Amino acid sequence: MLRTWRQRITFTDIMIWAIGLAIVGVVVVGTVKTLQSGKYEPSVWLDLTIKGLAVGGVYALIAMGYTLVYGILKMINFAHSEVFMSGPFTAVFLANALAQSGFLNKQPLLSMLLITLLSMTISAVVAMLLERIAYRPLRYAPRLVPLITAIGASFFLQYTFRGLYGSGFKGYPTVNSLQGSWIVFGVQVYKVQAVVIIGAILMMVILYGIVQWTKIGKAMRAVSEDKEVAELMGIDVDRVIVFTFALGGAAAGAAGILYILLYPVVWFFMGFIPSIKAFAAAVLGGIGNVAGAFVGAMLLGLLESMGPNLFLDGLGILNPSQLKDAIAFVVLVLILIFRPSGILGERITETKA
Amino acid sequence: MLRKSSVWVEAIRSGLIGGAVALLLCLVGMVVTLGQKMIISGVISMGQILVVAPIFIFAYTTARRAATKTVDTLLLGALAGLSSGAILAALIGLGQVVNLRAMFVNASPDLYKLLNFGLTLGPGTLLLLGVAAITGLIGAVFHLLPARIRSALSQAILWVALIGLLRDLIITVSQSWGLAALLVKWMFAASGLTLLGAIFLLALIGGVAYWRYGRARQTRVNKQSPKQKQWMRWGTLAVLALVIILLPRILGIFFSDILDNVGIYILMGLGLNIVVGFAGLLDLGYVAFFAIGAYAMGVLTSPELIATPLTYWQALPFALGVVLLSGFVLGLPVLKMRGDYLAIVTLGFGEIVRLLVLSDWLRPWLGGTQGIQHIAHPVIGPLDFGSQQMLYYVILAGIAIATFIAIRLKDSRLGRSWMALREDEDVAKAMGINHVATKLLAFMSGAFFAGLGGTLFAAKLSSAYPQSFQLLVSINVLSLIIIGGMGSIPGVLVGGLVLMGLPEILREFAEYRYLMYGALLVAMMLARPEGLWPEARRRLELHEEKELAPHEEPQPVTKNVGDRR
Repeated sequence: MLRTWRQRITFTDIMIWAIGLAIVGVVVVGTVKTLQSGKYEPSVWLDLTIKGLAVGGVYALIAMGYTLVYGILKMINFAHSEVFMSGPFTAVFLANALAQSGFLNKQPLLSMLLITLLSMTISAVVAMLLERIAYRPLRYAPRLVPLITAIGASFFLQYTFRGLYGSGFKGYPTVNSLQGSWIVFGVQVYKVQAVVIIGAILMMVILYGIVQWTKIGKAMRAVSEDKEVAELMGIDVDRVIVFTFALGGAAAGAAGILYILLYPVVWFFMGFIPSIKAFAAAVLGGIGNVAGAFVGAMLLGLLESMGPNLFLDGLGILNPSQLKDAIAFVVLVLILIFRPSGILGERITETKA
Repeated sequence: MLRKSSVWVEAIRSGLIGGAVALLLCLVGMVVTLGQKMIISGVISMGQILVVAPIFIFAYTTARRAATKTVDTLLLGALAGLSSGAILAALIGLGQVVNLRAMFVNASPDLYKLLNFGLTLGPGTLLLLGVAAITGLIGAVFHLLPARIRSALSQAILWVALIGLLRDLIITVSQSWGLAALLVKWMFAASGLTLLGAIFLLALIGGVAYWRYGRARQTRVNKQSPKQKQWMRWGTLAVLALVIILLPRILGIFFSDILDNVGIYILMGLGLNIVVGFAGLLDLGYVAFFAIGAYAMGVLTSPELIATPLTYWQALPFALGVVLLSGFVLGLPVLKMRGDYLAIVTLGFGEIVRLLVLSDWLRPWLGGTQGIQHIAHPVIGPLDFGSQQMLYYVILAGIAIATFIAIRLKDSRLGRSWMALREDEDVAKAMGINHVATKLLAFMSGAFFAGLGGTLFAAKLSSAYPQSFQLLVSINVLSLIIIGGMGSIPGVLVGGLVLMGLPEILREFAEYRYLMYGALLVAMMLARPEGLWPEARRRLELHEEKELAPHEEPQPVTKNVGDRR
């Protein structure tokens, strides 16, 4: 470059940095003030941390769907929120039937396994149908076209499920053996949160294993490197893409069951907020990167659960937890401005971003 | 797969898909809800059409794909229809054994009654299968008809269905037409058309369509002299303008209210059309600007929040200024983003604005969940534009200005820069287009129209609530510009009327509005991505391969030159 850095800086750069610095300033001032006020006991922070990790685990599993599909098709599956919603929204009927027959509390492990399997199956099937009907015919269309299709599909699915199962909220039954808490190293941990964290980590390990060590996982990585070359090597690209959607869908279905352990209510619009946060997590970790999705999701979960109390409370904002969704969006915007490749992502060129 | 499955298997599969679509429509509840909406009174309801239509369409496509002997085609159609019917029969059978309603809220006795034709299980199911098979057969026959009759018939059926649906509107409008009102009264029953009226319309529209088929309109126009053509154009415009001005009088208060909503959406559509259609920046947070406009107007004019409230016109420049500024500020961070990321970040912006408005933190200034009441409406001298019928004119003026600006912008230097950026950002930058200024101007002009729409929306309701500014507003606007045709200004007007007007008039559809928008968006992108009324350039772009197909030989240049002389 012939020009010096001073010449390269434009007006927009200054504005963007000003916005970024202002937000960092708010965060720092808020944190200092909150900590100085000593309003919260250390145990509160610990609770929030565990809660954040549990929520982060759910986001991580949803984010897998975005990341896997993005890795292969270089498109954001906007309708993934409905893939996530469809599983638990359907499985609620099985769960309630099991609870009524008393089987749920007699055999909690087996019941939860059955419910999770149903949820994963439904979500995977919805994801596969979506790929087949909405995305496959548009694989080589201009960029905006599949994106709009995805938005349309998202609304179609939302209101289809609303029509099928009704517009009201449906509650999941409580599992008695998951009530209460454990004491781990002198820290009180709610059983539900512990189960969610463990379940999420287990699922992530399985997914990572599938992508890294199985033959189809290898094929997936090959397709994501270069579709044409992969096809020349004898990989059935269509099948790999279908499998990717199914895998992402299954992860979302499992995430749905973990989500209802934390918030035991389902309805047709439940997918929107968690999914957009999961997307933010995927971007934060570096989209297309499986480990990145996990790291990003955990980080976002922590930010979201501690953020309102840590950053905003000190500034004298009333009911800061109302703004916890806004924090996730701000994180998304900031990461896209300052490091669009994410924490673990490789450098992406501008054409992709 | 090298082995091609036989046409019969293909027919069954296609019939099953058709049946599955019909089943979905049943379970979603559309069939029962619209079962009360008669198209031809006592003969067929919209609900029944919804069951029959997918069976018919899939049987027709089966017949078209098969291309075998006549008898075989008929049998294929009937087979496809029968397999569709089998799915619905299976639903009825299952419904007898299990209480499906525990899961599917719409698997009601009404639905079974509708599918069984009100008969008992055995004969009803047989009749259903028979009707499905016959529908399939008709689908196959339809394929065998000559193209001219087929086109006339399908047009006639579609129009009759539409007229039957729009009964209430047509009755209201035709009240003051004298003789024509009598004819209209004769054609319509208490719900939908009468049988005679339907046959009359079918014959009339079918006849006209048959006569017009293949007759290019161009030949008639070309015979006229240029002067005549100009007169024709001005005449049409004058009549159109008169109708538009008199519209609230013709339609009455109830439909004027709908008209106002449609107008506000068209205004927003014109704005989003600049951002998405011209500049290619997919903005899903467009509702943010709408909300900012409405809230700015509210904060400045409501006596609840400000000590000395301004009037609508005094507040308007400030409100629009705030909106422009917000367009600038929200545009800055997304300058480097494209496509998917831009869509999600703007979606986030829309939600942030809504969350902030809703929060307790900003409650003293923005009213929180309770919103703002007593917002001023426009008044000019003695003219009070508070009522729906009067506000229409302000909205109309807004649309006229917005349309004018949009048309002028489109082919201006700025408009061409937007399109260049849309096509290829890197090349556009290399050609010396200042992408920062260009993009920001796109965001700001889009925000301007949305903000104007927001102020009018607040004036119309004389209040602003956070619930009015959900993501769905953005989706509505996006749907209307995409279905009308991205980048096309007449497309926005058509899209607005069809997408915003129809569901409001057809109250029965209101519940399935977003279901249909979603399906329409997907179908549109699959079948006709350029929209209903496309912009010429966009159409060329999306059908590039077809236009440049090798078998279409280019016209000899010399011939064209000769013609021109």
